Amino acid sequence: MSQPTRPLPGQDEPDTREFWAATKDHELRYQTCESCAAVVFHPRSHCTTCLSGRLRWNVSRGEGTIYTWSAVRQSYHPFFRARVPYAVAWIDLDEGFRMLSNVVGVADPTRDLRIGQRVRLTWEDHDEVAIPLFEPIEA
Amino acid sequence: MTAPRRAAAIVGIHEYASRDVEGSVSPLQIKAFCAARALEDAGLDWSDVDAIYDAGDAGMIPGLTIAEYFGIAPRVIDTTMVGGSSYEFHAAHAARDIAAGRARVALLSYGSTAHSNAQAIGVGTFGMGRRGPADNMEAPYGATLVSNYALVAARHMHQYGTTSEQLAEIPVATRAHAMRNPEAVAAMQALEFLDIREIDVEDVVGSRMIADPLHLLECCMISDGGGAVVIASAEVARDGRKPPVWVIGGGEATAYPVHGRDITRSAAARSGPDAFGQAGVGPDEIDVAMIYDSFSITVLAILEDLGFCKKGEGGSWVEGGRLRFDRAGGPALNTDGGGLSSNHPGMRGIFLLIEAARQLRGESTSQVEGAALAVAHGNGGMLGSRHCAGTVILGRD
Repeated sequence: MSQPTRPLPGQDEPDTREFWAATKDHELRYQTCESCAAVVFHPRSHCTTCLSGRLRWNVSRGEGTIYTWSAVRQSYHPFFRARVPYAVAWIDLDEGFRMLSNVVGVADPTRDLRIGQRVRLTWEDHDEVAIPLFEPIEA
Repeated sequence: MTAPRRAAAIVGIHEYASRDVEGSVSPLQIKAFCAARALEDAGLDWSDVDAIYDAGDAGMIPGLTIAEYFGIAPRVIDTTMVGGSSYEFHAAHAARDIAAGRARVALLSYGSTAHSNAQAIGVGTFGMGRRGPADNMEAPYGATLVSNYALVAARHMHQYGTTSEQLAEIPVATRAHAMRNPEAVAAMQALEFLDIREIDVEDVVGSRMIADPLHLLECCMISDGGGAVVIASAEVARDGRKPPVWVIGGGEATAYPVHGRDITRSAAARSGPDAFGQAGVGPDEIDVAMIYDSFSITVLAILEDLGFCKKGEGGSWVEGGRLRFDRAGGPALNTDGGGLSSNHPGMRGIFLLIEAARQLRGESTSQVEGAALAVAHGNGGMLGSRHCAGTVILGRD
């Protein structure tokens, strides 16, 4: 029996396949509108601020701030059940987009995180994709 | 402000008694049983129904499935599906359709066997099926439903200094109401709650953490169940068997992740003013608040967003038992026991309408003396990411 794995993203979802393809090169991508410069996230094929359909891909520096977090103590998913407690968080990236992720690299996720804490990108590699995670930048 | 038009009223209600059907009946059977009892309650029959409102719990092409199953020929079919808030949307839409002359008798129904199916609603993870773009971005991270709401609670605590003890006031109040409701007590027995009694703040904050900062006793149950509501025109309502409960205001809104959005502020901040504005009443006039209590934080955020207190002051405002049915100074909260301690088969919205109607008829087991105005507020989806809000204001004659 193989070890249970994290639920991995689909590689063929039309709006997000380029985002996930770029993770293989450890690029965290986000979109901006060519017409009005608005940041678009999650990825889409249209701007949610103006009516443009011309979006540009950019690569994030991968630094941001914990907007809010929770340590999950109970999960039925086989991969996550073996990893409780683990931290889920909304991360505000410095480029102006907010994404859900896990904050890793702390001894005790129930105690060692705080809102407003600075975090940086780290990667968990899989065969077809890499999962963007975050870890605290030294306090 | 103009006086609200009293065009449509709740005239029939029924809540399915069992919370654990042990696989013996289907959601469709629960819907039909409740619909028939609600029509009896109204003094009406299947043939009177000319409008159907359904959230799709019966399967594909829900308007058609349910019309055939019930054996009715509706002229209005509305299959709005916005999770647990669907039934507040349905009530508002039914009132609108009746006021417009498109329908006379509207039937709303719900049935679920979530408990019998052993659905891990609260601590399962999402995105296991076919995913849209948002799911495909979030599925890898193992965010359970409980943790999604916990993200709001953590931020509320950070921004406003709200404490777990303050959040605990909500399950404490709803459990007190549940202990007065024989169906809620039977529900807790059927679902094998360990300790079926009134609880205090210490019990809540001493219960095990599910997703920080939310404890077990801040999370709703997963039951089987269902219900039905009949809404009819003023003409029909005047001849009803029970006092009419008028639908006098409605509002609906969405909220979803946007950079910079304050997630402590739910879609209720937009649906509430629309509903109160249409009704021509304010939160300070409300006797009974039926608020979707998936979790403690859901209620706290929504009470603030509906304007019962200022944003961020909900924690101190709920202290001291203000939400109990026999206390002054605030509305009575979830007097049936709520999703926390009476009934939560996955989409609780219909029970908010049913208990609000009981209160305005004078039939609640935790009856607020002289109750004249109630709000039913459904939250569908997930408070910490994307959700719909449906607010309905109800009034008696």
